[in-house]
Amino acid sequence: MDLEAAKMVGAGLAAIGAGMAALGVGNVFGSFLESALRNPGAADGQQGRLFIGFAAAELLGLLAFVVAMIILFV
Amino acid sequence: MAGETAKVDPMHQFTIEPLFGTQNLDIAGYNIAFTNSALWMLITAVVLWVFMLGGMKRQLVPGRWQMMVETFTGFIDDMLEANIGKAGRKYVPYIFSLFMFILFANLLGLMPLGVVGLHPFTFTSHFTITGVLAIMSFLIVLTVGFWKHGLHFFSLFVPSGTPLIMAIFIAPIEFISFMFRPFSLGLRLFVAMMAGHVLLEVLSSFVIDGWNAGAGFGLLVGVPSFVLMVAICALEILVSGIQAYVFALLSSLYINDAENLH
Repeated sequence: MDLEAAKMVGAGLAAIGAGMAALGVGNVFGSFLESALRNPGAADGQQGRLFIGFAAAELLGLLAFVVAMIILFV
Repeated sequence: MAGETAKVDPMHQFTIEPLFGTQNLDIAGYNIAFTNSALWMLITAVVLWVFMLGGMKRQLVPGRWQMMVETFTGFIDDMLEANIGKAGRKYVPYIFSLFMFILFANLLGLMPLGVVGLHPFTFTSHFTITGVLAIMSFLIVLTVGFWKHGLHFFSLFVPSGTPLIMAIFIAPIEFISFMFRPFSLGLRLFVAMMAGHVLLEVLSSFVIDGWNAGAGFGLLVGVPSFVLMVAICALEILVSGIQAYVFALLSSLYINDAENLH
């Protein structure tokens, strides 16, 4: 396998991280909805924490995207 | 990049180019050309200024425009009140400017002005811009922290009630996570905006190349891609709002760490 092909495979493998982040973000919102439906009164007060969790989970997927971009273009 | 170059280059939209023949403008050896990035920052600032000017009439019974502006200021005010407490009031101007500037930049970058030949440039899709915004937040955290608590600010790295043996391990980890904050703050906004715009460009290249390859490919590939593009556009508008909100929220959380040590 030459270097260019290996780079493409590596960038493709980095996309696994983006998929994993999708699981994480889905889990954040899913768990929030699950508990928000049990106690709708307390849901509005937790929206800030919801987005902190979302941001933390999303960042790792974005890092995977950055890794793919660095492999492809740098 | 390997392979043949595609007909539609998804990275071309991020090119920074000097405008109005200013590419040779130098100050002390540094090029300070007026670029399309600077132009769109200026447009964002002007649009934001007009938006605020229309809403600052201080009428007792607010009209629609004033209501819109007051909803935004009230939203940021509530967020700072909830995260920092009473001391959060003095950060409202900074966090509000940050939030509105990023929000307007993201939304203006999504405007379909390319139809009339004026291609919007999303400057928040460049790490130089988001990085500077993140460093500004980080510097405010450092300044407030050291101003208010002096060297006691370093106790941020040792959560209260940590046994000494654990503190030896926790302090370096907390220090690394603290120093990584500006990177994560800037990186999140920049990558989210860039990824969205690349995705839209790739989908639009499917539509164009699909129809160029014939009506069969156009119906098979072009039409579904176009429908998906409309949906992704709606998602991008949502992402614009969420990313601006997350940037402001995390900035206020970091300021909270400096204001009230945990």
